Amino acid sequence: MDDMFQTLQEFMAHTDGATYLLIIGALIGIGGFWHFLTQRNGDE
Amino acid sequence: MPEKRIHLGSGRITPFNLVSGVIIVLGLMITVIRYTGGLAAVTRLSDYNPWGIWIGFDLLVGVALAAGGYVTSAAVYVFGLKRYHSAVRPAVLTGFLGYALVVAALTYDVGRGWRLPYPFLVQQGTTSVLFEVAACVALYLTVLFLEFSPAALEWLGLKRARNLAVKMTMVLTIFGVILSTLHQSSLGSLFLIAPSKLHPLWYSPYLPVYFFVSSITAGLSMVIVEGALSGRYLSHKMDPAHLADKDQVALGFAKAAAFILAGYFAIKVMGISVGNHWNLLSTPYGLWFLLELVGFVALPCFLYAIGVRERNLTIIKTAAVWTVLGIVLNRLNVSLVAFNWHLPAGERYFPHWMEIGLSVFLVTVGILVFRFIALRMPIFYEHPEFEENEKHSYSVDR
Repeated sequence: MDDMFQTLQEFMAHTDGATYLLIIGALIGIGGFWHFLTQRNGDE
Repeated sequence: MPEKRIHLGSGRITPFNLVSGVIIVLGLMITVIRYTGGLAAVTRLSDYNPWGIWIGFDLLVGVALAAGGYVTSAAVYVFGLKRYHSAVRPAVLTGFLGYALVVAALTYDVGRGWRLPYPFLVQQGTTSVLFEVAACVALYLTVLFLEFSPAALEWLGLKRARNLAVKMTMVLTIFGVILSTLHQSSLGSLFLIAPSKLHPLWYSPYLPVYFFVSSITAGLSMVIVEGALSGRYLSHKMDPAHLADKDQVALGFAKAAAFILAGYFAIKVMGISVGNHWNLLSTPYGLWFLLELVGFVALPCFLYAIGVRERNLTIIKTAAVWTVLGIVLNRLNVSLVAFNWHLPAGERYFPHWMEIGLSVFLVTVGILVFRFIALRMPIFYEHPEFEENEKHSYSVDR
């Protein structure tokens, strides 16, 4: 895996790109989790 | 409630008192050996491993688990969630005793307790993270003492002093939240100086954020655990209002803990991504890391969520204990297991039995002092002489 990157630029572009995608996924996931957590409140 | 005086186990030989007594005697013996024979007589600390479980467990875990004080105070007084008011005094007492024991453990580790004020008076070293931790812990211990003081002053019948202390509540709460934010995160910052010693899966530039966020879940979970234990062993000391609010506190705190654990899980995964350490997950250390992350973060998060949805207190209490164990595991991983991971097995640190004995001694002292105070002071009930006063301030606050 480490051989993939020749420069710091490549490393940062790869890791930051993957992290930004994860952040988007986390925001959507946490929104869904909050809905799961509070769903029953509305039912009562 | 206070007129109903029941002396639970005090002054009697019970299994709990007997075991506590043996631990106290053993702890005092270790204390004598430590202060007469030095660190070498009771620890396996070395130049490679200068921080053992007295720092890894007593300090790092102790501070994290004592976070219930600032979390509960902030929820009630800053965010206005008055329905959790009954949880404030037990949480502040737990926090105060936790920090007091942290300082006690530190004096064992540092050795010369009378030099604890040196960083403030003799050699400041203001650029050191450790100085910031020392300053915050010293100040926050004082804040917790003042926050706890109304209960002691009510017990002593000192009305004017008690009213003065109550008036300071909001200022103390804000000060406590600021100090906690600073030093909970700074405990993680301490390890930023050792990127080559800490395993890459645990080392992250976001360590301060991890320590702070996880301290909030630790605090919330400890309030639930402490509430469950108090409900079981000290329910005769609780007034009807406290008994009625108890389950509401557990449900509310469980919901918050589930949400924050979900966020903590997300930022931990992002930490792996930022360092591009995915390939390390298949190594033995990686599996241990996954056990901590999935088994002690994601699992209790899910358990909390199920418990909140089903309004099942048994699941919530299980999740709370699980989260507390996860915090213990995380702090021990950062400070001991994943620290010096590159050293050969012979050079690795494993605590001496007397180090473990002293930690057990300090925890036992904490439990005994908590019981002593909870059985005598108005922690789980409103003092009859101040009840109206409390109700008035409560209704005004609402």
